[in-house]
Amino acid sequence: MSASEQSPLDLDTLYRDSGVGETLEGLERELVGLAPVKTRVREIAALLLVERLRRTVGLEAAPPSLHMCFTGNPGTGKTTVALRMAALLSKLGYLRKGHLVAVTRDDLVGQYIGHTAPKTKEVLKRAMGGVLFIDEAYYLYRPENERDYGQEAIEILLQAMENHRDDLVVILAGYKDRMERFFESNPGLASRIAHHIDFPDYSDDELLAIARLMLERMQYRLSDDATRALREYVRLRRQQPHFANARSIRNALDRARLRQARRLFEGRGGQITREALMTIEADEIRSSRIFAQRNSA
Amino acid sequence: MRITQGTFSFLPDLTDAEVRAQVEYCLGRGWAIAVEYTDDPHPRNSFWEMFGAPMFDLRDAAGAMDEVQRCRAAFPDRYVKVNAFDATRGIESLRLSFIVQRPKAEPGFALLREEGAGRCIRYTTRAYTADKPEGERY
Repeated sequence: MSASEQSPLDLDTLYRDSGVGETLEGLERELVGLAPVKTRVREIAALLLVERLRRTVGLEAAPPSLHMCFTGNPGTGKTTVALRMAALLSKLGYLRKGHLVAVTRDDLVGQYIGHTAPKTKEVLKRAMGGVLFIDEAYYLYRPENERDYGQEAIEILLQAMENHRDDLVVILAGYKDRMERFFESNPGLASRIAHHIDFPDYSDDELLAIARLMLERMQYRLSDDATRALREYVRLRRQQPHFANARSIRNALDRARLRQARRLFEGRGGQITREALMTIEADEIRSSRIFAQRNSA
Repeated sequence: MRITQGTFSFLPDLTDAEVRAQVEYCLGRGWAIAVEYTDDPHPRNSFWEMFGAPMFDLRDAAGAMDEVQRCRAAFPDRYVKVNAFDATRGIESLRLSFIVQRPKAEPGFALLREEGAGRCIRYTTRAYTADKPEGERY
């Protein structure tokens, strides 16, 4: 072993200079739960940092493929994590710009022959240097219609994922089961995606913590009664159809804000304190449709 | 005769890395990049053929460079230029335009003199290749 192979290298300085720590901490602080997702993000960050260090001492390896697939129910934070991922990858020097272009089938697939290719290519060009986030990617493939233009979009996408690996990271997102079926019928796509990350549903406690974070960001707070009401709300809402995890919570809070504003407005005449403007009471949550349904049943 | 026109007409031809750096600068300013080609490079010909639509909303030069390469591959013996369009209200015009490819052989222009009344002479230029039909000039 030569002396140069023994000399110590400073991974810590690299870590600090890259500013990755902040992004990872932000991820930890602002995203509740999602343990498997965070682990994988940290692994990717570590890999890219080590890769950078290896390059400083002349160890060559092809840049890793970072195309990803996010699966999970609605409202589990796929788009949010994709945004963070884009920022992280640009800090690690893997992406040059680090912006996120979020698209769905309509943005990629055309209406008539010859429309799809330019449309898909334009989206790809816009996404270069950043992340292309394709929401509900399985809609690209419609097996029931063999003349569907989606297949063409998939082929162009595949080509770009292969040829422009240093220019862009593609993230496909959607429900787990439908995504799996999509990959079964498009093996070329499945084999080019190295990272499959599953987003678990949030527990009741996690949803409450999310609600607290959302309110904090909007400068509201819950009274103690309202906190209890919200806990009950989460439990009941989960049994309803179209439960969308954090998104349902956000909508519930938005409606609560609406009711709070109405209460303050109807009670005008008296003094309103800053405190009152900030506080959401139990009534505002309990007047939700969900509680009404239970009472009538 | 090496034809020069546009922003960097006084410089030798830009390398790909230099073109990319210029495109990067334009995108940083929020200008849209367009690629055009022609086989009629007369200085008064401002209507070159568009190669695809202008690229708005690009963030990185990679997409525009891709388009330049595709245009070069499709028309290896034409002039190709990169334009940067500034859509800011009140400007709405080209900010930057430079040649990124030229044919291997450039015969250049002839100077034509036309005798007018009273020993007056009118000058005009005409490309030697302009006699040939479009598409066969270079």
